[in-house]
Amino acid sequence: MSELKVTPMRPRTQTEGASAGAGVAEERDGQGRGEQARDERDRIDPAGLREEHERRQQEQQKHIEGVDRETLLRMLYQMVLIRRFEEKAAEAYTLGKIGGFCHLYIGQEAVAVGALSALRPDDYVLTSYRDHGHALALGMSADEVMAELFGRAGGCSAGKGGSMHLFDTDKHFLGGHGIVGGQIPLATGVAFATKYKGTDQATLCFFGEAAVNQGAFHESLNMAQLWKLPCVYICENNQYGMGTSLKRAMSISDVSQKAVGYGMESEFVDGMDVLAVRAATARAVERARKDSLPSLIEIRTYRFMGHSMSDPGHYRTRAEIEQYQERDPIKVFGDNLREKGVLDDEGLKAVEARVREEVERSVKFADASPEPAPEELFTDIYASPIKPGR
Amino acid sequence: MAVITMREALNQAMREEMRRDEGVFLMGEEVAAYQGAYKVSKGLLEEFGDRRVVDSPITELGFAGLGVGAAMAGLRPIIEFMTFNFSILATDQIVNHAAKMRYMSGGQFKVPIVFRGPNGSAFQVSSQHSQALESWYAHFPGLKVVMPSTPADAKGLLKSAIRDDDPVIFLEQERMYGLKGEVPDGEDFLVPLGQADVKREGKDCTVVARSMTVPLALKAAEELEKQGVSVEVIDPRTIRPLDIETIVNSVKKTNRLVVAEESHAFCGVAAEISAQVMEHAFDYLDAPVKRLSGADAPMPYAKNLERLALPDVERIVKAVREVAYLE
Repeated sequence: MSELKVTPMRPRTQTEGASAGAGVAEERDGQGRGEQARDERDRIDPAGLREEHERRQQEQQKHIEGVDRETLLRMLYQMVLIRRFEEKAAEAYTLGKIGGFCHLYIGQEAVAVGALSALRPDDYVLTSYRDHGHALALGMSADEVMAELFGRAGGCSAGKGGSMHLFDTDKHFLGGHGIVGGQIPLATGVAFATKYKGTDQATLCFFGEAAVNQGAFHESLNMAQLWKLPCVYICENNQYGMGTSLKRAMSISDVSQKAVGYGMESEFVDGMDVLAVRAATARAVERARKDSLPSLIEIRTYRFMGHSMSDPGHYRTRAEIEQYQERDPIKVFGDNLREKGVLDDEGLKAVEARVREEVERSVKFADASPEPAPEELFTDIYASPIKPGR
Repeated sequence: MAVITMREALNQAMREEMRRDEGVFLMGEEVAAYQGAYKVSKGLLEEFGDRRVVDSPITELGFAGLGVGAAMAGLRPIIEFMTFNFSILATDQIVNHAAKMRYMSGGQFKVPIVFRGPNGSAFQVSSQHSQALESWYAHFPGLKVVMPSTPADAKGLLKSAIRDDDPVIFLEQERMYGLKGEVPDGEDFLVPLGQADVKREGKDCTVVARSMTVPLALKAAEELEKQGVSVEVIDPRTIRPLDIETIVNSVKKTNRLVVAEESHAFCGVAAEISAQVMEHAFDYLDAPVKRLSGADAPMPYAKNLERLALPDVERIVKAVREVAYLE
């Protein structure tokens, strides 16, 4: 704890100690290069958190005034839905109802909900394997998402994709992708297609900060700026690529700065503030629609759970997690809505009750949904059926 | 019927399909202003403009993935690799994304895209520029793999590939771009994917060849005819889906099979054809299937070694004589 207070830049990791590299020590002492440029980031790290909390509450309250009540309540509902859905998914995973990998979105709800609230229904969305939150925030039903996690025929991908591969043509949700950074060129291509067709649709591409080290990210940003493609690249910086902290994996760990090398507009946003995320995304979407220009938004967030359900989480401390939980995005937003009189305690309870009902129903739906028929093994491979092995 | 080169046939196919469908566009390195590294896209920029004929940076993973995304959003991209050796940088987008999108979305998204360019050896360009990759791509359900051996097939197959709703790997051969042949007139000329073609009928031995080994097999068949051996030459044209029926029916008639290919033998297409022929026509075989593949070595630079690494007419003749127990 005390160590975190004097070293706000650096989340504590398992390898911390005498063996820490020189570059890391330099940064801990606050002498690292580019330190000033990262002031904004420092402010939302654990140490300055309590003082900062009040300032940000005030900022968010200002934002609230610009958003209609219905939208605010829908956003809160979606954030609570994601939280409870994921808690239920974790429970179902431990019961063996969900297999494989299951990457939960708990802690990051403000990112998907805030960003997607700035879109039109005909805009496009792609994301990584941590995709449950985006699917729900896009308005896909909890039933079809839970059924997909259960591997059932009633799932949104007919039980063939699973947790990492949620899709919905009607919502313009183009997945759910399992290879780190793989969706970034795809999104660039979707933006290419909308520009080719002459529409003013925007494409939102979500990815984690670890994907920024992939060539796919850099190749895509170069093409997007070169050809002025209307794509908004959203880095959900939850600060860990599986068990490796950002600082151990990126030479310049200020993600928003990566845009500079491509001449692209970029922004840094507090991912615990759903309305700040919404406002920044709206600015980037406007740029895409009006000027057909791409943007990079780094949204600093934190996942309260492990990388996946099989992650024991030895690489970060309980204290670190708890400090971020003090700025739980749902609590922050809920408190502000109450203070602004948008919602009272009764209203909050009603949201929880409606969410609980929807999540319970999704489990019942998924349980009742049949397994895919055996012949489904060989469907959806080609446009017209081809005998297997040919 | 006009006599044109393979290069012109491919160019015509793209030109006609781009005229026919506004959603078809061509992207790749040097395809526009430079007119194509091998001039396959000559004149397309002039006719269609830089919106539809797009010079890409050297960024294979990036523009392959861009193509997949554009296909998911309703376009029909033709992505040219300057050679398929460079597609290796893009395999994540081809194999992990293009091939699996329809399946893992439960049939919601299709990926109508063609990845095309020269595959296999060229003229003394050494190890990194001389690889035949059809067995890689044919390995994965979700991809179709096409390899034409004549200008007519090249045109008809490429037009079908562009109209197809699945991702198609379209493998050309640099050595064959100047090859001339008759091509049927008319914009409606199509060759369906998944149908083999009997390039020459015969009764004593079947030779299955593809791409650059087809003209070699036909020459070998002429030579063998003089020696009193009648050879049937089959070009599957599409590696996946594979028209195994045509091959099996031929083997049931000739009772002997040689597969000639430019690629390495190990885990290759000839190995697959051999296994399937054994499964479907074991009792008809009078001799073990013979594979004549590229040497099990990286491609050397030296002209004499390069020649040794590839199948030629002489070796096809010898292989047929061996399965016919003439040597």
